Amino acid sequence: MAKIDTAFIDLGYLDTLATGDSIIHRLDPRIKVLTAAVFVICVVSFDKYVIGAMLPFVLILSLLMGLGGIPAHFILKKLALVSPFAILLGMFNPFLDQQTLLYLGPLPVSGGWLSFLSILLRFCLTVGAMLILIATTGFSGVCMAMEKMGMPKIFAVQLLLLYRYIFVLMDEGQRMYRARALRSFQGRGTDMKTFGHLIGGLLLRTLDRGQRIHLAMLCRGFDGTIRTRRAPQFTIRNMLLFFLSCLILITIRRYDCSLLLGQLLTGFVK
Amino acid sequence: MSHHIVEVQNLTHTYPDGTAAVRGISFRIHHGESVAVVGANGAGKSTLLLHLNGYLTPQSGTVRIGDFPLTRETLRDIRRTVGMIFQDPDDQLFMPTVYEDVAFGPLNLGLPLEEVEQRVQKALMRVGVEHLRERPPYKLSGGEKRAVSIATVLAMSPDILVMDEPSSNLDPRARRTLIELLAGFQHTKIIATHDLDMVLDLCSRTIVIREGQIMADGPTTEIFQNDQLLEECHLEKPMRMQACPLCNRPSI
Amino acid sequence: MHMADALLSPAVGGTLWAATAGTIAFCAKKVQRDLDDRKVPLMGVLGAFIFAAQMINFTIPATGSSGHLGGGMILAILLGPHAALLTIASVLTVQSLFFADGGLLALGCNIFNLGVFPCFIAYPLIYKPIAGDRKSPMRIAVGATLAGIVGLQLGALGVVFETVLSGISELPLHAFLAAMLPIHLAIGLVEGLVTTAVVSFVWKARPEILEFSATLRPLGNLSLTKVLTGFALAAAITGGVLSGLASSFPDGLEWAMAKTSGQEELEAPENGIHHLLADLQAKTAFLPDYSFGTNEHEPATQETTPPSWLTVDKGTTVSGLVGGGLTLILAIAIGFLFRNRRQIM
Repeated sequence: MAKIDTAFIDLGYLDTLATGDSIIHRLDPRIKVLTAAVFVICVVSFDKYVIGAMLPFVLILSLLMGLGGIPAHFILKKLALVSPFAILLGMFNPFLDQQTLLYLGPLPVSGGWLSFLSILLRFCLTVGAMLILIATTGFSGVCMAMEKMGMPKIFAVQLLLLYRYIFVLMDEGQRMYRARALRSFQGRGTDMKTFGHLIGGLLLRTLDRGQRIHLAMLCRGFDGTIRTRRAPQFTIRNMLLFFLSCLILITIRRYDCSLLLGQLLTGFVK
Repeated sequence: MSHHIVEVQNLTHTYPDGTAAVRGISFRIHHGESVAVVGANGAGKSTLLLHLNGYLTPQSGTVRIGDFPLTRETLRDIRRTVGMIFQDPDDQLFMPTVYEDVAFGPLNLGLPLEEVEQRVQKALMRVGVEHLRERPPYKLSGGEKRAVSIATVLAMSPDILVMDEPSSNLDPRARRTLIELLAGFQHTKIIATHDLDMVLDLCSRTIVIREGQIMADGPTTEIFQNDQLLEECHLEKPMRMQACPLCNRPSI
Repeated sequence: MHMADALLSPAVGGTLWAATAGTIAFCAKKVQRDLDDRKVPLMGVLGAFIFAAQMINFTIPATGSSGHLGGGMILAILLGPHAALLTIASVLTVQSLFFADGGLLALGCNIFNLGVFPCFIAYPLIYKPIAGDRKSPMRIAVGATLAGIVGLQLGALGVVFETVLSGISELPLHAFLAAMLPIHLAIGLVEGLVTTAVVSFVWKARPEILEFSATLRPLGNLSLTKVLTGFALAAAITGGVLSGLASSFPDGLEWAMAKTSGQEELEAPENGIHHLLADLQAKTAFLPDYSFGTNEHEPATQETTPPSWLTVDKGTTVSGLVGGGLTLILAIAIGFLFRNRRQIM
């Protein structure tokens, strides 16, 4: 049950972060969604042994986090929480791929270790980008952006309604669960039958609520379509900004900036 | 022009499982009247209210709102005339922000955007929550949620307000604010509630329902003094009408 | 069970994204044409319900461990396949955005694995025929359990194939299959039992809900072939385009292709972006792709591939390490810089 509480808190916290005001927050959501997509594609398109060339992307995330006022420890904590899956799937690589690809001084490093580290790095970058996107844009901003970019309206409405009622239903679920937990003194796990009743009860309440919301909508002239607020125009400035960010991303995707930096430095030392 | 009469005649409603929730109810409410509908749980209050905005259509009997009898054709106009405020604000506030929630109705009416904007602003000001405009509904307090639900209805400019338990789940101060707010409205008001103290403040007339039938319909103060009637209908005299146990002050 | 961005190649991720986007568009149209506006709020709250339900764990019989509801099959039973797919997709979207389950690119895969399989395969082909129109608790139980198992098996297969085709993880196909399928057989069985428990509870308490959902949408006009043709087309087109694109970059996809085809390197096309970039690279002379050597097939194919790709260069390794370290330090420094500034402000 610890999970329900933390999930609930995180959800609320990300939501609060999204109400902040910073350069990043003020950007058009469409730019942010598109740039995040380009970012992810850049990262996942790296060869599987690449590590160094991916590091400049960490720099970008760090910069965005700073500009957007997103506390780094929150993002890091979230990353640590969800990393087991990536570790699980990546940890076989060192055993399966043992050909030596480079030497760290006398130490041979196998391809498996490189690709394992690469997976972890990819994971941090893609998940980090996602969290920063939502923490600076907010859920309705992301939905609005995706709708303007062609996502079916009914799906956008769906997402907004779902998000709206997560808070209500989680609360309801939590109350029911607590009521049950208080009456099962041994703290024994929930068996299947109780679980069925618990979830079934929650489901019935949910269905009733769906009906009441529908009624509330009807009372205010609902005719099957939900009219959401109109998005502001996509300005030339936005367009330029987007191209600029794409340019930056693609440049650091194409050119191994950290290697260049290293070459510059070692050259300098020599 | 209509006089916003609400007229219910011989209304009955039986649910598919055989429960007769409303069994021949008739009453007439005039323009500007403020009427309480009271009764025990399951007395048929909610079913009655659901007829007033056309969610349920009469199985027998008639419902007239203003000049229109309630039928499929007049449904749209009736829903515009009758503003319904639900018991649980979470059912009524389903959009991502307060602004969009209040704008939902006016947008559905097909009003031009400037007018929608005006109406939203006016409604939010009327209930004193214009500062909450951009907030998501789940971050509001109980009292704020209630105020915003009322604003969503006001933005439709209804003539009649129908409310289901408006004071439930509010802390005493929020309840007091609500009562003051409602007292300031010129609309015809129909309030279903268990909060008889609030009825005393807001409604000059009370309709008592038991098992789907009207037991009494008259001036509030008269009905609340009828101990036997209240007892029969599972109700209790408002606190203010009971003697104080500490200071022995007599009841009003 | 959730696919992650980190394990995906752009081609696989993009293909499934396109297929999923197509499915969502199709379902959205279908639901809109249904003209049942009751479903609009219902889908929303049921999506939220899945969240709330997933937070409550139960004990898996005969084991010490606990599990939670997936919910795909329950949604399909209550809402019908089209509305259910949209709802599952919205649940997964929120999960990927807020709980970092999966990722932006992997969202396509996840919706496909956890949505399309239960809604368009397990529900119409298994649950529907077994549970039938005249529902009985027994038939519901058998139908829901079997459909739960099949849906999850297909989903697990999806994960395996997507991972192996992407080629980022080294897990060989047969080992991965051997690990995933039995686990998901168990999970699917549990999911089926839970679905049964919930659906029969609803059946007992309020049978009209299931009746209502059964009569809501006649399944007759769901053209499965149309859906599948759509998928195949979308997949072929995007797959073609993306692999065309990808093959002009010396990237992850080639590794996957090399793995499956046994060839080390496909010949780089002589024209297009690659040529242009290679040209540029030759001119500017500092666009070394990462310099890692592969020992085995090197000599045979060396001429056709960019030379820098295959050479081990001590110097480059050192500069790589130095540069990488510096970049990281810089990133952390920026973090601290902003943190201090915030504290001052």
